[in-house]
Amino acid sequence: MDWQPLILTFQLAFITTLLLFIIAIPISHWLCFTKSKFKPVIETLISMPLVLPPTVLGFYFLLAFSPGNAFGSWLDSTLGLTLVFSFTGLVLASMIYSLPFMVHPILSAMSNLPDSLSNASYLMGYGKWRTLFKVMLPNIRTSLISGIILSFAHTIGEFGVVLMIGGNIPGKTKVASIAIYDEVESMNYAAANRYSLILFAIAFVILLSVYILNRNSKNQGLL
Amino acid sequence: MIELVIKKRLQSTDGTMTLILNEVINKGDFVALYGPSGAGKTSTLQLLAGLMKPDEGSIKVNDKYWYKNSKSLPLQDRNIAYMFQDYALFPNMTVRENIQFASKENSSTPLVSNLIKEMQLDELADKLPNSLSGGQQQRVALARAMAQEPDILLLDEPLSALDTQTRLSLQNHLAEFHRSMGLTTIMISHDISEIVKLADKVLKLEKGKVIESGSPEEVFMQKELSGKFKFTGEVINIKQQGFLCIVTVLIQNNQIKVIAQKTEIEDLDIGEKVVVASKAFNPIIYKLNK
Repeated sequence: MDWQPLILTFQLAFITTLLLFIIAIPISHWLCFTKSKFKPVIETLISMPLVLPPTVLGFYFLLAFSPGNAFGSWLDSTLGLTLVFSFTGLVLASMIYSLPFMVHPILSAMSNLPDSLSNASYLMGYGKWRTLFKVMLPNIRTSLISGIILSFAHTIGEFGVVLMIGGNIPGKTKVASIAIYDEVESMNYAAANRYSLILFAIAFVILLSVYILNRNSKNQGLL
Repeated sequence: MIELVIKKRLQSTDGTMTLILNEVINKGDFVALYGPSGAGKTSTLQLLAGLMKPDEGSIKVNDKYWYKNSKSLPLQDRNIAYMFQDYALFPNMTVRENIQFASKENSSTPLVSNLIKEMQLDELADKLPNSLSGGQQQRVALARAMAQEPDILLLDEPLSALDTQTRLSLQNHLAEFHRSMGLTTIMISHDISEIVKLADKVLKLEKGKVIESGSPEEVFMQKELSGKFKFTGEVINIKQQGFLCIVTVLIQNNQIKVIAQKTEIEDLDIGEKVVVASKAFNPIIYKLNK
């Protein structure tokens, strides 16, 4: 059996989740405290991947990143970045695709924290960042972990976006879900079944751990 | 010295109202804010702390403007300790870490360990706040406020929902801290006996306006009364006995029975605040042997 697609899937999920975690915290923090009238627009954009067919996202990424278009050729000429049919492009598309799965748990936990906690910290002389890292984040760690697990799982499960923008290049963009499709197309059901079983088991274990985590933290009164 | 000249529109349960403040609070004062809920007491504390911005006016503290022309001094620079109604203890930190976090010093200071000892928190020091009772959390919150070594202490109904014993002991701590640390303290309280015991100035608020201010005696007791001694308490029982009535009054944690004529208690109900005073005889005073 060719392990390459599975390894690639986990590389993609790992990098995507790590980058998402880093950007989701400031985004959630901003959304939690902002009084800007653009807040609903930003929230909508973040949630769009939940309802849009992944092929729609993939299609627009393909158009935008294609070197034949203005943005794509600009990326290519100034940054030397080709995002279509490349691993970098997959990471970027996956980040947008899984963004709501990271932002939503973090944002809802931050909004549920009493204002008095951050206010008490500010009045003690601590700034926004110290308060975020010392007071807010440690008290929403369950939601941070859920966000990480869900984004990871969701990235493993993506198919449409990857197919549209990544194609099927072994070792570069051929992730497990694509490999399954590929094997079925060539009537190779045994191989498709092996990939599928592994993904099935992983998805089960990941989701089970989220539910166990949530139950335990509910008992401890953590967010 | 704190000079508040503020107008602020607030949403209350019966529509909008305007909070209007025009007050001077001297350094070292212990001020109580008294009045029905929705009168603007918590908003007053929040305006001073910078958690809320005035619509008009200014806040000046020791000749420095904290708020003027929409410019607001950052919360971090106000040196205010605010004891919130929900205590706002950080759930991720132990009791000791909570107190340590508030302290300006980085390493473990004598102040932190002194406060832990003084507030009898030694045995709780390594516990998380969520595992403590309400009274214990309140002690931690007060110790944490003191660890900040603030200039101004704001207390939002700090001692509500506590049993009398805990309440009295915390009142004593509060009075002691206020004196020894030279604080300017502003406290919201619904308890007249607490205000009389702790505060030297009362602002009585109603619908966003200060309707009375002065010493607790001036505000709460009728001025023509010149009793030899007087206490405020709460009526907990009224019992008819022949021509007379026996009124039981709770003064701090003592129950006192007072005989009254029917006409005197006509408009008196259980739960009401009263003054028990006597001016006709010389009270006897003697030392208690402990």
